[in-house]
Amino acid sequence: MSGARQIRQLVALAAIWVALLLAPYWMVPLGGYTALGTRVLVLGLAAMSVNFLLGFTGVLSFGHAAYFGLGAYGAGLSLKFLAASTPLSLASGTLLGGIIGALLGAIIVRRRGVYFAMVTIAFGQVFYYIAFQWSSLTGGDDGLRGFTRQPLHLGLMDIDILSNANAFYYFVLLCFALAAAVMGYILRSPFGRTMIAIRENERRARFLGIPVERHIWVAFTMSCFFMGFAGALYALVNNFADPRGLHYSQSGDFVMMAVMGGMRSFWGPLLGAAVFVVIQDYISSVTVNWMSFVGMLFVAVVLLFPRGILGFVRRRAVA
Amino acid sequence: MMSLEAKNVSKRFGSLMAVNNVSLAVPKGELHAIIGPNGAGKTTFFNMISGFFPPTAGTIWFDGRNITRVSAHRRVALGMARTFQITEIFPELTVFENVRISAEVAGGYRLRPWITATESAEIERRVTEVLKQTGLEAKADRLVGELAHGDQRAAEIAMALALQPHLLLLDEPTAGMGDQETYQITQLIRQLHRDRGFTIVLIEHDMRVVFHLAQRITVLDQGSLLAQGTPPEIAASEIVQGAYLGKTA
Repeated sequence: MSGARQIRQLVALAAIWVALLLAPYWMVPLGGYTALGTRVLVLGLAAMSVNFLLGFTGVLSFGHAAYFGLGAYGAGLSLKFLAASTPLSLASGTLLGGIIGALLGAIIVRRRGVYFAMVTIAFGQVFYYIAFQWSSLTGGDDGLRGFTRQPLHLGLMDIDILSNANAFYYFVLLCFALAAAVMGYILRSPFGRTMIAIRENERRARFLGIPVERHIWVAFTMSCFFMGFAGALYALVNNFADPRGLHYSQSGDFVMMAVMGGMRSFWGPLLGAAVFVVIQDYISSVTVNWMSFVGMLFVAVVLLFPRGILGFVRRRAVA
Repeated sequence: MMSLEAKNVSKRFGSLMAVNNVSLAVPKGELHAIIGPNGAGKTTFFNMISGFFPPTAGTIWFDGRNITRVSAHRRVALGMARTFQITEIFPELTVFENVRISAEVAGGYRLRPWITATESAEIERRVTEVLKQTGLEAKADRLVGELAHGDQRAAEIAMALALQPHLLLLDEPTAGMGDQETYQITQLIRQLHRDRGFTIVLIEHDMRVVFHLAQRITVLDQGSLLAQGTPPEIAASEIVQGAYLGKTA
């Protein structure tokens, strides 16, 4: 029985990767465009980072956009002022989001439940207002402009990820695959299992000798590094960093993607992000109130399939 | 040598004196039972021993070391493991996964984001061993939340054992069990004590279990120490009869 389950999991995993690898070829005939796929990957990675905490540690951060936005500004500022290097910009964004997450996380993890969520929002908003007000550095309300992602120099050849949308898609897919692999690896490790232990039963975890706050802090920090990485990629996608990327409504979007896709599953948030991005793309060309359609879908999913779209699909497959 | 010692321990919740100046000494290898009517302060006393909250007054010693201010997870690292009156498990994980988490913590891997194949095999061997001891081997791949109550209690004990403790604190291990399940758990506890030499302190309501297992008994009533002694001494004590045994029997 567990053998059949393993096979099913492998088939599903293979299907996901084939779909992602061939995305530029099937999206265009279906009326999409490659850049849409790139956005799904980046926002999906961000939603997966939120879910690393929400779905696997059981703590809800409503301010994770802050680390996403910090990643974006880190990457943008690095390209603009440090050096015209794409890898360096990714490293800068990841480090900025991750390190600030680690510092604030040390304070945030002292609270739990609603208070945890409130404190995460509060800290998130601090960075939103900093980005908004500090115009000389961040461009203020207009966002940070004046940088573009740079071609990759790989010894013998250069890869033009700026004007070749497919090349950029595959670059982002590679980054996404690396981050997802690290995330998956952590979740299958002893540390990952203590995260799940905390989600399942905090008291039991504590009396098994797990210092719960410290472990939540480590998970929070890891999640912020992933978030910073996603944010840095997002800056490269847009060649632009927006203060609204730090705002708590953006955090809410990530939580929504995670919950909609299925927060108990590893890939659920990616699916949630895909649904979100596609609805946004198509319906926003019809009406500016596209968000109400996302909202209605969200309510429907939560009421009808509390385990998210992927959780529902999976249950059907088992039954 | 003493495994566990509580010296003049008290706990006050507002105006309620939940535990009042209770002392207890459990030598290594002893099976000690704490009994008393509902509200006697047994679980409060347990919570202080295991570090759930600190005592208002008094000190707690474990293996000759003052642990009064030591956090709960550090006490586990020192070799103290507990179960709860209402089963505390990871319901959505399998029996094997539940026990593996505690085996990995005991192995010192809890902060490790990786594990080697050799280490993993060693952990699996230990988990299998504990599952065999607790009679859960055949149910290793079942979700704990779906098991019968008796098996859930056994799984909780298995998790405690996988921590490789030298002191086991069991809070009403037979609570809510039928006769057959009670018998099985009692056999397990007796075997852990006799064959494996565990020091065990347990809270228990079922007097058959207490008199069957315990070497010494502590009786609490309304937060205070009423009596302490061997099962025959306790059974013969008039104070205990009046306060407790008389009422329930």
